[in-house]
Amino acid sequence: MSNMDSFTIAKDQENKNLWRFLLSEFKPKGKIFTPFNIISVPIMILGLALIVIRFWKGIGSITNLTQEVPWGLWIGFDVVTGVAFAGGAYVLTFMVYILNMKNYHSIVRVTVLNGFLAYVFYAGALLLDLGRPWNVINPIIGNSFGTSSVLFLVAWHFLLYMIAQLIEFSPAIAEWLGARRARKILSSMTIAAVIFGITLSTLHQSGLGALYLMAKDKIHPLWYSEFIPILFFVSSIFAGLSMVIFEGSISHKVFSDQISEKNHQAHTKIIHGLSKICAGAMFAYFFLQVLVFVHGKHWTMLNTAMGYWYLTEMIGFVICPMLLFFFSYRKNNILLIKVASVITMVGIIINRLNVSVIGFKWDAASHYYPTWMEIVVTLAVIFTEIWIFRWVINRMPVLRDSPSWVKNIK
Amino acid sequence: MRIDRRNFFRVIGVTGAALTIGKDTIATPKNENEIEFNGILYDSTRCVGCQTCEYSCAEANHLPEPVDAPEIGVLRKTDESRRTVINGYNTSKGEVYVKRQCMHCNMPACTAACLTQAMHKTKEGPVIWREEKCMGCRYCMVSCPFDVPKFEYHSPNPKITKCDMCYDRQLEGKLPACVEKCEAEALVFGKRRDLIKEARRRIHENPDLYVDHIYGEEEAGGTGFLYLSPVPFEELGFNTKVQKISYPELSKGFLYSVPTVFVLWPALLLGIQEATKNNKPKIEENE
Ligand code: SF4
Ligand code: SF4
Repeated sequence: MSNMDSFTIAKDQENKNLWRFLLSEFKPKGKIFTPFNIISVPIMILGLALIVIRFWKGIGSITNLTQEVPWGLWIGFDVVTGVAFAGGAYVLTFMVYILNMKNYHSIVRVTVLNGFLAYVFYAGALLLDLGRPWNVINPIIGNSFGTSSVLFLVAWHFLLYMIAQLIEFSPAIAEWLGARRARKILSSMTIAAVIFGITLSTLHQSGLGALYLMAKDKIHPLWYSEFIPILFFVSSIFAGLSMVIFEGSISHKVFSDQISEKNHQAHTKIIHGLSKICAGAMFAYFFLQVLVFVHGKHWTMLNTAMGYWYLTEMIGFVICPMLLFFFSYRKNNILLIKVASVITMVGIIINRLNVSVIGFKWDAASHYYPTWMEIVVTLAVIFTEIWIFRWVINRMPVLRDSPSWVKNIK
Repeated sequence: MRIDRRNFFRVIGVTGAALTIGKDTIATPKNENEIEFNGILYDSTRCVGCQTCEYSCAEANHLPEPVDAPEIGVLRKTDESRRTVINGYNTSKGEVYVKRQCMHCNMPACTAACLTQAMHKTKEGPVIWREEKCMGCRYCMVSCPFDVPKFEYHSPNPKITKCDMCYDRQLEGKLPACVEKCEAEALVFGKRRDLIKEARRRIHENPDLYVDHIYGEEEAGGTGFLYLSPVPFEELGFNTKVQKISYPELSKGFLYSVPTVFVLWPALLLGIQEATKNNKPKIEENE
């Protein structure tokens, strides 16, 4: 936000007010003892304590990672799954700014905010998993570019995409601070940031899958194919949109006072429209999965425990929610759409974990299970993200309409 | 620091490279025919399982001495405190001992995976790990088809550990410690090409003693460590699923497509955006 300040610094007396304004904004708003706070605060404190132990005694002190399974829940869920869920931001900016589907405009900001925070926190979770995080600058400042590494690409794209998302979101910050000139400059950068952001997303959503390409002998053949990158990319479309539907329906309850009557009504239409896109993307995904399966010739494997698990994923968590999306779109049943989005999200979690954790070294003598501590840290990360999300929503014009002066400077 | 124009373009260039990942960076993995890598030939028909290599490795790398001896049927694994182990196998031709350590692949998966170039294929042949670069992401461990790199899970300043073919000793003109100490002459150090010739000669002169297979000649695109065995390698617990082409080849296609996407996508998106600019929103927008 510091560069935002510098825009306003020109006006001296405004400056003083700005600080007072910021100070007052940092105070909590609303009730303190809500059920969410009562659950989340202890977990966040416990998570923090565990993180201290992790940096003091090493990663092995709180995780179950082994020499054979070096990536566990923190990578498989926090990073790989979390980023898929954050895909809603690039899909939605594509729809609104590139395809000019203006009906969806009212949920762009909240989705971008969600995506941005997801990247900040999940990339943050990545730092927890690094054994030598102080060297994380090496691939960035350029003294050691491992350019043949997929992870190098993914890391850079995370970084650049966060910047792109921050630019996309920045008009809301400017409106919050009342910085009119900055608002104008920043919103003129939106399209460029959107185009850059979509390109980056295409590459790193698939890149997360490409990370596992070299682990050919280690991942169960039903989940390994040279097409993992494409499958990851296509599934990130409906993973992200399901998250948008899910998050939207919660936000509309929790923050209903922020949302104008008009946007409340529009939201039903939006969810309805999104369900059609989800159904379409899932159909494409399912079709690809079938092609990959036929191409891989793994028929005999279906009749094994892992095979049943694979069928469960495909039928229960791809075909089922796909039909449900389609059906509820036709019937215009919003509740069913929400149900479908939840099933889809569970399916995405299962799919990403199947590649990264469950199917990884599936034939090894001992399996990896996360410790309760890994789970607590993961929950702490998620809760912290929600806290920040709530803080921003309560202050900036994200769900609520922009202040009236915005129209005049357009 | 003042950024003058030259510097500025350098920065742009580097960022561009980072975004697109140029082709040459991945095509470089050392042209095998031009560079003569050093390697080690290990002949399991000569190995008596005396563990001298384990002891000399521990000494050379300042690691704790081995506490257990190889036992037939017990699988000992390398870990953060031992970089090589000897295991005994009961095979169709009786007891056979096998030494395990990093294979020093010609085109290593670990090196292609490493985003900081901490894992590095030296021009001499050994694959080494460089502490000051590594960020501990363990992607090398995920990628190595032989599960070689190990991680110190219980250290706040963890290292990746693995055999480095005594790279420092090689630079001083010495033999790798295990090769120097092996009295059974099961280990031979030399240029990889010469070692393959030597291995062929042994198989040719003693076809009854050996299976006709040099493990490492083609596995994973060729490795610096080469193995001779009296029995098929699956009997000795080798990963025989290993593909013949190198592992970095698997992600090449993806990495190659990156520059293309980076050029095509923005152009495409801009085009679509132009085309849809005048779309009328379906619901009235009274803004
Ligand atoms: S065996 Fe593994 S650690 Fe050794 S060089 Fe090959 S890929 Fe790297
Ligand atoms: S753990 Fe270190 S050596 Fe291994 S890939 Fe990561 S940065 Fe490279």
